[in-house]
Amino acid sequence: MYQYDVIDKEFTQDRVAEFREQVERRLAGEITEDQFKPIRLLNGLYLQLHAYMLRIAIPYGTLTSKKLRKLAWIASTYDQGYGHFTTRTNLQLHWIKLKDAPEILAALGEVGMHSMQTSGNTIRNVTADPYAGAAADELDDPRVWAEAIRQWSTLHPEFSFLPRKFKIAVTASAKDRAATRVYDIGLAMRRGRGGELGFEVMVGGGLGRTPYLGPTIREFLPTRHLLSYLQAILRVYNRYGRRDNIWKARIKVLVASLGAEEFARQVEAEWAKSEQEQVDLPDIELARIRADFTPRFEPLKPRSEAVEALKASDPAFARFVRHNVHPHKVPGYALVDVSLKTPGQTPGDMTSEQMNVAADLAETYSLDEIRVNYTQNLILPHVKLDDLPAVYAALKASGLATPNIDLISDIIACPGLDYCALANARAIPVAQHIAERFADPERAEAIGELKIKISGCINACGHHHVGHIGILGVDKKGEEFYQVTLGGSGEEDAALGSMLGPALPADKVTDAVEQMVEVYLRERRDGERFLDTFRRTGVAPFKEAVYADAH
Amino acid sequence: MPTRIKVQDGHMYPVEDAFTNVADDQDIPQGDVILSLTRFQAEGDRLLSEGRAVGVRLKSDEEAEALAYDLPRLALVALEFPKFRDGRAYSNARILRERYGFAGELRAVGDVLREQAHFMLRCGFDAFEPADGSEAQQWEAVTRRFRHVYQRAADGREPAFVERGR
Repeated sequence: MYQYDVIDKEFTQDRVAEFREQVERRLAGEITEDQFKPIRLLNGLYLQLHAYMLRIAIPYGTLTSKKLRKLAWIASTYDQGYGHFTTRTNLQLHWIKLKDAPEILAALGEVGMHSMQTSGNTIRNVTADPYAGAAADELDDPRVWAEAIRQWSTLHPEFSFLPRKFKIAVTASAKDRAATRVYDIGLAMRRGRGGELGFEVMVGGGLGRTPYLGPTIREFLPTRHLLSYLQAILRVYNRYGRRDNIWKARIKVLVASLGAEEFARQVEAEWAKSEQEQVDLPDIELARIRADFTPRFEPLKPRSEAVEALKASDPAFARFVRHNVHPHKVPGYALVDVSLKTPGQTPGDMTSEQMNVAADLAETYSLDEIRVNYTQNLILPHVKLDDLPAVYAALKASGLATPNIDLISDIIACPGLDYCALANARAIPVAQHIAERFADPERAEAIGELKIKISGCINACGHHHVGHIGILGVDKKGEEFYQVTLGGSGEEDAALGSMLGPALPADKVTDAVEQMVEVYLRERRDGERFLDTFRRTGVAPFKEAVYADAH
Repeated sequence: MPTRIKVQDGHMYPVEDAFTNVADDQDIPQGDVILSLTRFQAEGDRLLSEGRAVGVRLKSDEEAEALAYDLPRLALVALEFPKFRDGRAYSNARILRERYGFAGELRAVGDVLREQAHFMLRCGFDAFEPADGSEAQQWEAVTRRFRHVYQRAADGREPAFVERGR
């Protein structure tokens, strides 16, 4: 894991000192809330329905035990003892006092963390494949490049007042676990014909009011040119992206209106004119970053007798292994999902006690690493197979071992109208209600992979467009209604969902999900997931089932 | 007259403005003037031939490239920020400084706030007309805030990756 050197530390300290002074000016009444707003938004501090919310950046979703313990401490000292992990792998604290914000940023700085650029029209916290460094199919550790992007984009002098927010995701695997097609820029590492590494560059994906899957504007960009090429993309966007209408200001609208080919031509022209070697990182700096991402694995046997024995005697453990444990690139290790989706809980919420448990497990059993997945779960990425029983027991004791990864109760939901000033409807109670209906693990397992994603408004923080079942909260004359879409995917088979029919009242949503599940179970052929069946049958049978009563 | 702040030898000073900012519907006064791009294209040659110093004011939707051939004759370029959120002038500034090597004054005008000082200075601005009543010493404090930067820009500061290699 990347370690801050003295330069990174001093940079963060300087930023905290600046913010402390700005908050003092606000508290002393020297500046108004209107004047203060753009300042706090450069530091991830939002004013929401009930309190200030601080959004803490977790670059490429990677935490160490020290960082997670600090987050736990901050949540219990300055908030209500819990935090909320988001689909952007950030942590949100929803009950912050303005006067405490500088202290919190200082505490974060002590462990090499910050909240810069988690808001505002800036290049936001960069995300990466949560399996980075552990996936068998990866060409490189994408976090090396994500860290290069983090530094390059931090307080970027030219790109801190973009037309709109800007999000970049990086993967180095064929399997897309980072939703790169729905990002402003998605970077997917590929191997060139001569064996060299490069990035496929996708630009202009996004969800929100007008969802797009990002077209590829360059099939192969040699890795060493990553930053100069990003500069060219951002410069074209900064100059020509729309600024007259907030709903048309994302880069996806620029790319769609120019056409991907013309946009690519403009980027290439700008790139050709720029002094690339001034922007691209020298090899020695890449090597320095890379050295921090090389965990020391031990040679182990690929099979653990202890695990096999416990699987045979404890069906609950066997189920946990089936759903929450994944193969690792190094024999004898595994990735372990930590579910933050126990039916009934708020998706993505974690108490300080649970954070401390996860931090202890990471330190003892996972080479001191923890990942945040955009699905709002955590991952222990480097667990020895022989340690699985102990890790399972500790997770179970803290309510973190629900065996439901990628199943129907592993629901993504934004904070919605329970917290967010932008929301039209609640998302959390809808998720809780569905998860409780399908709480029986045997039933959930029989249904198999089914990804439900819920957003409380059109901004789509809950990624509803790419849910197998997507649920969008809308306001109809002061009442909460929910539009359902089917067949979306945020992975390498990316697709936007199709509309099921008229929006449903809140109390019909869980029934509708159940009716659609029944249709799937009736229609599915061997091995088909919900998504596969939907793609074969189309929307008709699902629509018929849900709206049968209405006719 | 609005306050104007100028960078000299790495420090910020309040200065008198020798230039008159001329609106498009206004008669051109004596002395040194700043004109819009369209007016400069119509009348710039004549004014320059009179031996005056001339500057051009670019709106945020006008491109630095439009000045490419005139830059050696210009005393200054003023880049407009219609709102502080409109960041197009940062790109224009870097292109003027880094691509065309413009060495004259680069002035930030419009909704210019001291919170932007760091970004502006890094993109090559060396003169500022603050809209928030802020003063030279406050600007100086802001620009000295960060001991390190992470990327090269128009100010010649050494980025972190170069500092580390030393």
